[in-house]
Amino acid sequence: MEIFLTYLKVFAVGGFVCMLGQVLINTTKMTSARILVTFLMLGVLLEVTGAFRFIEEFGKAGITVPITGFGSSLAKGAIKGVKEEGILGAVKGGMTAVSGGLSAAIFFGFIFALIFKSKTKES
Amino acid sequence: MKQLKNLLKKKTNEENHENKEYLDYVHKTAPRTKELKTLVPAFLVGGAICMVGQLVSDLLKMWTDLDKEGIATATSIIMIFLGSFFTGLGLYDRLGRIAGGGSIVPITGFANSIVSPAMEFNREGVTFGICAQMFVIAGPIVVLGISVSVLVGLVYMIFA
Repeated sequence: MEIFLTYLKVFAVGGFVCMLGQVLINTTKMTSARILVTFLMLGVLLEVTGAFRFIEEFGKAGITVPITGFGSSLAKGAIKGVKEEGILGAVKGGMTAVSGGLSAAIFFGFIFALIFKSKTKES
Repeated sequence: MKQLKNLLKKKTNEENHENKEYLDYVHKTAPRTKELKTLVPAFLVGGAICMVGQLVSDLLKMWTDLDKEGIATATSIIMIFLGSFFTGLGLYDRLGRIAGGGSIVPITGFANSIVSPAMEFNREGVTFGICAQMFVIAGPIVVLGISVSVLVGLVYMIFA
């Protein structure tokens, strides 16, 4: 029962974040790159203000799977880097925290672009 | 000369006015319900993708002995893999047409924004097609994200 409730919360928070994205699309006609940047910055802002931790405790993957989680990791990594290595960590930290995801995105992007032909033109 | 300028100004003003009237008209008559209807699939699909992420994270917790950070990283790697894979199959873009924000905002949408242009430019060769065009949409996200992270680090260092 508890696990059901957890997934319900994840669904609600994640759905709400994505719905906000759709509201932005509807009201401002933003392109997908702008939407992603906006939510990335929102994630950074939430992490810096400390609000992200509370939302994550409640909604878990609902806030970490959207790109806000990527922004939060960047900010969290930079702060952790400063604590460990000072100014060097400030430069390295953000990239270190997201290195796994970024490498995966580049690697899988490259491989799948080699394997698959574009189908986006067909409808 | 001044007269001409004034005339020109008046004309553009009129044009602007007309334009504004027209836009107001469009704004008033455009169907709002259609916009509201797009929110439902965005919510459902976005929520579902996040639940998949939660499932992946829970399974990793059960099956591996990674720490909290490791699980978070592995989860985003797997989600990015799934996003790339379904983009490759052409299914993710089909989902995007229905879901809109629901497919853009999750990390799978970030993967989609990398694979989609890379596939599109496949025919222009590996170097200048795939590799060069890969970050046509995701570029701003990476550039701004990393710049802001360095800024956050520096500001934190100064104030803490």
